[in-house]
Amino acid sequence: MANALGETFSRAWKSDFMWSFRRTPVAIISFIVALTLILGAVLAPMIAPHNPFDPATLNLMNGFSVPMEPNQFTGETFWLGTDDQGRDVFSTILFGMRVSLFVGFAAVAFAMTLGVTLGLIAGYVGGWIGALIMRIADVQLTFPGILVAMLIFGIAKGFTPIDQRDEMAIWVLIIAIGLSEWVQFARVVRGATMVEKNKEYVQAARLNGRSSAGIMLRHILPNVLGPVLVIATISLALAIIAEATLSFLGVGAPPTQPSLGTLIRIGQGFLFSGEWWIILFPSITLLALALSVNLLGDWLRDVLNPRLR
Amino acid sequence: MLAFAIRRAFQSFIVLLVVGLVAFSMFNFVGDPIDNMLGQERTGADIERLRVQLGLDQPFPVQYYRFLEGAVQGNFGISYRQGRPVSEVISERLPATLELAFVSAVLAVIFGVALGVFTAIRRNGWAANTIMTLSLIGVSLPTFLIGILLIYLFAVELGWLPSFGRGDVVDLGWWRTGLLTQSGLKALILPAITLGLYQMTLIMRLVRSEMLEVLRQDYIRFARARGLRDKSVYFRHALKNTLVPVITVTGMQLGAIIAFAIITETVFQWPGVGLLFINAIRFVDIPVMAAYLMLISVMFVSINLIVDLLYFAIDPRLRLDRRGGEK
Repeated sequence: MANALGETFSRAWKSDFMWSFRRTPVAIISFIVALTLILGAVLAPMIAPHNPFDPATLNLMNGFSVPMEPNQFTGETFWLGTDDQGRDVFSTILFGMRVSLFVGFAAVAFAMTLGVTLGLIAGYVGGWIGALIMRIADVQLTFPGILVAMLIFGIAKGFTPIDQRDEMAIWVLIIAIGLSEWVQFARVVRGATMVEKNKEYVQAARLNGRSSAGIMLRHILPNVLGPVLVIATISLALAIIAEATLSFLGVGAPPTQPSLGTLIRIGQGFLFSGEWWIILFPSITLLALALSVNLLGDWLRDVLNPRLR
Repeated sequence: MLAFAIRRAFQSFIVLLVVGLVAFSMFNFVGDPIDNMLGQERTGADIERLRVQLGLDQPFPVQYYRFLEGAVQGNFGISYRQGRPVSEVISERLPATLELAFVSAVLAVIFGVALGVFTAIRRNGWAANTIMTLSLIGVSLPTFLIGILLIYLFAVELGWLPSFGRGDVVDLGWWRTGLLTQSGLKALILPAITLGLYQMTLIMRLVRSEMLEVLRQDYIRFARARGLRDKSVYFRHALKNTLVPVITVTGMQLGAIIAFAIITETVFQWPGVGLLFINAIRFVDIPVMAAYLMLISVMFVSINLIVDLLYFAIDPRLRLDRRGGEK
């Protein structure tokens, strides 16, 4: 058992993919940074020194503590300082990343499911349905993604009853960002599907009497997943930035569930009074997260699909 | 050419119709206008009367047609939040956004082309390499962080420039401009840089790669062989031939600049339509949202149309194998 596992591991280690990974310092560093941040977010309830959303643990006297210095009233020391309410900035960042990453991953998953499905249909079935899908995609591409996301957010907000708006905000955000990013998936999958569908293995499957849906899912889909993975990674970086931007503008995550963007929005108010740490550290975290995911995406693109360059 | 132009214009028209449908549906399905207009003490007869008065008893296509008729005349109803006609609110704020977008675009083109040429000529120099690396970082920075950074440096730390607002404006009757006063110009600097930075890096990279491509060609070598000076080779021969794609990309980016002005305007509290739109979203002010959507769509679609037609007119190679409107 251990042997088989070791074998799998050593085969994976020797694959082209891992070879390229080991040869690319940028990829290694990005991977470590991204993994650390993601782990920090996932394990936030365990590693955060305070729970910033439990008012019982907050002490207003701790407000505006300077990073690495003992608070003048309570003597407590906070690595990254505290905000006006005495919340530990390090902890709020960890919990904020949870929201940012959750929205990012969920939005990409949604965009990917929608885009791949529509792309497969447009590429394999074609006809007027395919033409319609691609026309919608073209029209949507005329507008910047962030604008589309804002608009969908605004419309969806109008649909939600007022007392549920804060609770629903996260889900609305996911749908808005997801809907603004499906086009890239659909276009690439459609292109790849049109190439694949004329290959012999698809014709053989068709002769075997497989249904169209079966062919699309079992035969074509696995063969177009490479570029989809690349786009998913780059979309994740875009989605994280989009979420941060929307939340910063006040049309995203509610104050009860602050994401990194919300934290930056809150911190902006303290910039003029000299409490720089409240805005600086969330900003750096957001940058590190977006940049590392982006660089990983660039590397993946080079390895998996040089044609996409 | 004519056939292409007509087909392209027709497509743009369809896009606008579809966007109009979206805007119209927002009115129709988000909230009930009757609810918004009538108070608690209403009778069935009141509701029916208002329904007829507003034309809500008409079939959907008729209502849609009426909406389009109003939209073409700039009539989008009354803002739920401000209680004034939307067209008035928007036209009063539009100059601020257009001035900001225009100055940003000009800055982006001037600095983008200059830096692009520079980095292409000094391809391996340390200065060019530094600029290229900085541009990479600049592209990955979200716009709002750039704005905050600039505010921190130039408004908070150095205190040279204002951090919000538009400064003093001069009323020209139909246009309130901030370009004629000192405080207006000072207030414009930071937002314009924030908004134009992304487009600048884009233009810079484009000019650089086009220049590198052109400089490799035979006629450049020939120009050098004729003993022309560097300046003449770079600017008269090389740069001129890179301008077609630069013009196209700049044109396309104009729309993006107006859209991204939403973010810049919020960071700097710039009193333009972008800030208006964000507040409309936050307070679910449907008429303002719908009007902004239509306004920006008309801008986008016409810019795309003009650029497409220009491109087609400038570059004869495209006429052969180009399918209408495909990007």
